[in-house]
Amino acid sequence: MLDYKGRPNRLGIAGWLGGGRWGAERYLYTLHRLTGLGLLAYFLLHIFVTAARQFGQEAWQQSMARVTGPVFTLGEYLVFVAFAFHAINGIRLVLIELGFSVGRPIEPVYPYRTSVDVQRPLAVVVMLVAAVLVVLGGLDFFVLK
Amino acid sequence: MRDQRWWTWHIAAGAIILVFLGLHMVIMHLDVIFRVFNPHPGHPIEWANVVERAKSGFFMVTYIVLLGAALFHGLYGLRTILFELNPGAGLKKTLSLLFVVGGLALFVFGAWAAWASFQFAITQPAAAAAL
Repeated sequence: MLDYKGRPNRLGIAGWLGGGRWGAERYLYTLHRLTGLGLLAYFLLHIFVTAARQFGQEAWQQSMARVTGPVFTLGEYLVFVAFAFHAINGIRLVLIELGFSVGRPIEPVYPYRTSVDVQRPLAVVVMLVAAVLVVLGGLDFFVLK
Repeated sequence: MRDQRWWTWHIAAGAIILVFLGLHMVIMHLDVIFRVFNPHPGHPIEWANVVERAKSGFFMVTYIVLLGAALFHGLYGLRTILFELNPGAGLKKTLSLLFVVGGLALFVFGAWAAWASFQFAITQPAAAAAL
């Protein structure tokens, strides 16, 4: 992350809450950060919980028994939802970062075309894909077994 | 300048995670819809399935790749969030050092666990009744 040359980040965390003039994608930014923090917290615990398998069947089953139950199932599903959102939204962010969906510079002739014309549909499409994954995960977690 | 390079690695790590965590999620959580790498009946965390995957060199190597990529991606992301709150220069240095040391320690522990599990699993007899 580069140091700010202009104004510092005056809003801080509060800036996550409002979309302001940034539009709908700003809320995806907020969600991307929240899901990222959630996934990181889960992942750090996951390293220790799953390391038990090296000590054999009993240690593994004890370790798994500590994280079993309806609350943990719901929590795992939330992790899956966070993964689906973060992964698919991340594809969108990489596409924008690498300059796809930005477009070439053009003459500003009315009616004006902007990169939002591409990026808004892109945001809608990735959210639909994420929604499909969330539904598939929900089926697998709660319905099919 | 160094941060721009790390940002590029952050994106590259994200791409790696997309592939291997995507596979991990399909194996562990879409196991009814797509039954892959779960040769035995029951849940993917059943011991027989866990051992079957741990026996595979592919899983041992990709667990370690995923571990490293996810640790870097996650911790660098957290560091970015913290740095946006404008900590002082000294605090930034301390935080960076903590992230590097903590990340490396977690990587060494996780990689050792993956390696040790692989070593353990290949001594286990092949379970019958593969699905």
